[in-house]
Amino acid sequence: MEIGFTTAAYVVAAVLFILSLGGLSGQESAKRAVWYGIVGMGLAVAATLAGPGAGLWVLSLVLIAVGGAAGWVVAQRVQMTEMPQLVAAMHSLVGLAAVFIGFNTHIEVARVAGMAEEARAALTGFAAVVAHKTPVEISILRVETFLGVFIGAVTFTGSVIAFGKLAGKVDGKAKKLPGGHVLNAGAALISVVLLLVYINSGSSMALLVMTLAALFIGYHLIMGIGGADMPVVVSMLNSYSGWAAAAIGFSLSNDLLIVTGALVGSSGAILSYIMCKAMNRSFVSVILGGFGGTTGPAMEVTGEQIAIDAEGVAAALNDADSVIIIPGYGMAVAQAQQSVSELTRKLRAKGKNVRFAIHPVAGRLPGHMNVLLAEAKVPYDIVLEMDEINEDFPETDVAIVIGSNDIVNPAAQEDPNSPIAGMPVLECWKAKQVFVSKRGQGTGYSGIENPLFYKDNTRMFYGDAKKSIDALLPMIE
Amino acid sequence: MKIGAPRELFEGENRVALTPDSALQLAKLGHTCVVESGAGQKAGFSDATYEKAGVEVVPTAAALFEAADVVVKVRGPEPSEVAMLRKGQTLISFFWPAQNAELLDAAKERGATVVAMDMVPRISRAQKMDALSSMANIAGYRAVIEAGNNFGRFFTGQVTAAGKVPPAKVLIVGAGVAGLAAIGTSTSLGAITYAFDVRPEVAEQIESMGAEFVYLDFAENQTDGAATGGYAAPSSPEFREAQLKKFRELAPEMDIVITTALIPGRPAPKLWTEDMVAMMKPGSVIVDLAAERGGNCDLTVPDQKIVTENGVTIVGYTDFPSRMAAQASTLYATNIRHMLTDLTPKKDGVIDHNMEDDVIRGATVTKDGAITYPPPPPKVQAIAVQKPKEKPKELTAEEKRAQEMAAFKAQTRNQVALLAIGGGLLLAAGLVAPASFMSHFIVFVLSCFVGFQVIWNVSHSLHTPLMAITNAISSIIILGALLQIGSGNVLVIILAALSVLMAGVNIFGGFMVTRRMLAMFQKS
Repeated sequence: MEIGFTTAAYVVAAVLFILSLGGLSGQESAKRAVWYGIVGMGLAVAATLAGPGAGLWVLSLVLIAVGGAAGWVVAQRVQMTEMPQLVAAMHSLVGLAAVFIGFNTHIEVARVAGMAEEARAALTGFAAVVAHKTPVEISILRVETFLGVFIGAVTFTGSVIAFGKLAGKVDGKAKKLPGGHVLNAGAALISVVLLLVYINSGSSMALLVMTLAALFIGYHLIMGIGGADMPVVVSMLNSYSGWAAAAIGFSLSNDLLIVTGALVGSSGAILSYIMCKAMNRSFVSVILGGFGGTTGPAMEVTGEQIAIDAEGVAAALNDADSVIIIPGYGMAVAQAQQSVSELTRKLRAKGKNVRFAIHPVAGRLPGHMNVLLAEAKVPYDIVLEMDEINEDFPETDVAIVIGSNDIVNPAAQEDPNSPIAGMPVLECWKAKQVFVSKRGQGTGYSGIENPLFYKDNTRMFYGDAKKSIDALLPMIE
Repeated sequence: MKIGAPRELFEGENRVALTPDSALQLAKLGHTCVVESGAGQKAGFSDATYEKAGVEVVPTAAALFEAADVVVKVRGPEPSEVAMLRKGQTLISFFWPAQNAELLDAAKERGATVVAMDMVPRISRAQKMDALSSMANIAGYRAVIEAGNNFGRFFTGQVTAAGKVPPAKVLIVGAGVAGLAAIGTSTSLGAITYAFDVRPEVAEQIESMGAEFVYLDFAENQTDGAATGGYAAPSSPEFREAQLKKFRELAPEMDIVITTALIPGRPAPKLWTEDMVAMMKPGSVIVDLAAERGGNCDLTVPDQKIVTENGVTIVGYTDFPSRMAAQASTLYATNIRHMLTDLTPKKDGVIDHNMEDDVIRGATVTKDGAITYPPPPPKVQAIAVQKPKEKPKELTAEEKRAQEMAAFKAQTRNQVALLAIGGGLLLAAGLVAPASFMSHFIVFVLSCFVGFQVIWNVSHSLHTPLMAITNAISSIIILGALLQIGSGNVLVIILAALSVLMAGVNIFGGFMVTRRMLAMFQKS
């Protein structure tokens, strides 16, 4: 088929992709938006198979079918709490594909360069495109390929490590090899040198060594980042997978790849920005891992943590008119979302105003809590963002903190020396009463003492979140 | 132990310190209850209902004082009642030890322990037995009702076919418990409510109840209530002048004035002077909740309702809680029960009069033949010292405009600078790069731009689906593999095939999981 037709199909696909992302602005339009994406993708693949340059399309279709079936099965089976792992795993696939395609481009360029004039004229497909390039264009092509492979490789190992950490297969703590960031910087420097070598010579060795360096950077960078920073990491890798696609698009002169890659890349970048802002930290400080230097000793926390049993919590809930629930990663770990939903249903049936307050970085993935609550059939219109609900705490009778810690830490506002000073937090301590469901005493991921637990109006509801909430249910009447 | 409630002797007192409900609760603590016949009659609790709740009914006060180990009362004891107290017996009631030194002496002589409900310290833990607050709450409510009873118009403004009715304007002076209750009642009836208090920290509470705080233009630092346990302190003469000036401004406009200003241990401050009453419109109403302590208004006559020459009604009743005896008895009996709960820590019916306890120590005025009033200061500060709140400076229209202009200019500068740098870089790239590259580059830059515009609108709650869907569409990289798979080179075919396979997983997995997630989002 004509190249004009393929281009037209690409334009339609690009528009559909944009609509698909734009549709996510609301829960209802989102249900339509996903179909735009599916149709766009189908159109793009069909047009490419039918268009010039493609070959072996039977094999291609079989492979897509096999891969698609695998993807389908995984998507059906995955638990909503495992969503962060799944997303990370999928990023790694995109990264690896980018590396392979980059290698292919390199091989093709080398092959075409070695051909005689007559043989070149007979080439078809991608090789033919390469054959018509001028030396300057070949240099640019090499830069693009090099970048595509580099970003792809970083995305690949980074995502694999992120997957391991999120799935609990790799220790979630921040770890670095001796040498720390110097190693990363060294690997990056080597890559830059190799880029110069590669532009001039097109040496396969340079490309391979760079790939190894990039794989190492991806591994080491993500190893150095702790569990609670994962929302930023996952959105960053999301962004990288987009940029990798865009770089590959440049090297293949394919506009649709460029458009889509850029869309995905900017989406991930914005998500990372939102996450960083929610933690009041710069992107660089998150990526470099660990918390920045503190400016002085942390404020002394006085008082004691007072425990309470299920009966006490139930009595307070029965008396309350308005309740705000603040879920965190602990709720996901304990798989307590169904119990929380049941509790919400019971309280709402009694005419109480129950709402959820979601901090942007609650959980391990942007929007993680929303998805878990949606799965448990909590209506989305009572699930509110931090900015929407923070002012309502003083008028709230009971705030229940389930498995979150740093995002409700008053030290962020009260103690200028706290490592999280200035981070926007949910001001749940302003509620008349606060119950904290927590497995035991001790600090959260960041190891920061939480003065909330010592406040006069706070009671600690120790125990596994799911068991604790289940114990409450029969007492709500 | 036996808890007994006699009939109140004070003229016009309708309340009772023990209700059938509270008797049931006391039984859970292991106590038994006894009541004098007819004690609850005026509050609507007949002897029969008491008996139903397991309360023993005895015919006379003498029999009751004989039977009970703990006597609970509302009003302070009359001399005749003090005479009936015996050694080791406990009396719980209002007592006002500062004003009733003789009574205190008499009780001491009898060897009885007296717990004064009016001496319960104002700390969070003791709120449940703070009878002053619970009674003040009723008084505040009743004051508005009483005012409405004597006021010839609606509280709320109405536009009807028969004409327009302006809303009543109510001023409440003193925003303690009674004042706040009055504000709540008044606003819920629809009146425009203003409130004043000398303690600046209550402005927030006043506004939270829906009234407007009357600010004084006064430079001197007003002392906040933290130093005096949450009560108001006497103010300086200058401050008083400023206050009266403000009231004079307000007087002609107000339809109803409810004064609740009290300073502990002093006569009520005179805040509503004769000339202010004269300025008020005929038909206006003043309810003086401080009448018992002399009144906030110059013209108040305690226990009476008077009408001035210019037609202003001044209500000086001193028995507002007693006028709502059923409600007041229920709340007061609950306060008493809470006090007994604290006195019976083991819930075994044995009173443990723990003088180490801040609340019990504070409320006990005589014990074992000795006067224990005044108590030492409580170990727990009632209210944290408030930082003086800085009022946000009101910006004038010009300042606001200037600020907006400055922000706009800064934004423009930033944007122009970014555009200039970006444009410059593009131009520089265009100088060296070939045209074929530039055409793709334009597509790239525009796409980033579109991406940024679109993604900002994505709802926060959909960030996870966003990641899943961008994941799916980033497998558009499959196009590259599809274009290369037709190459003759075996290695290329293998790598491309692997890429197609992986991208296939992603496309289907990504879209499927997004769909699954989005289907879960439901509206209530």
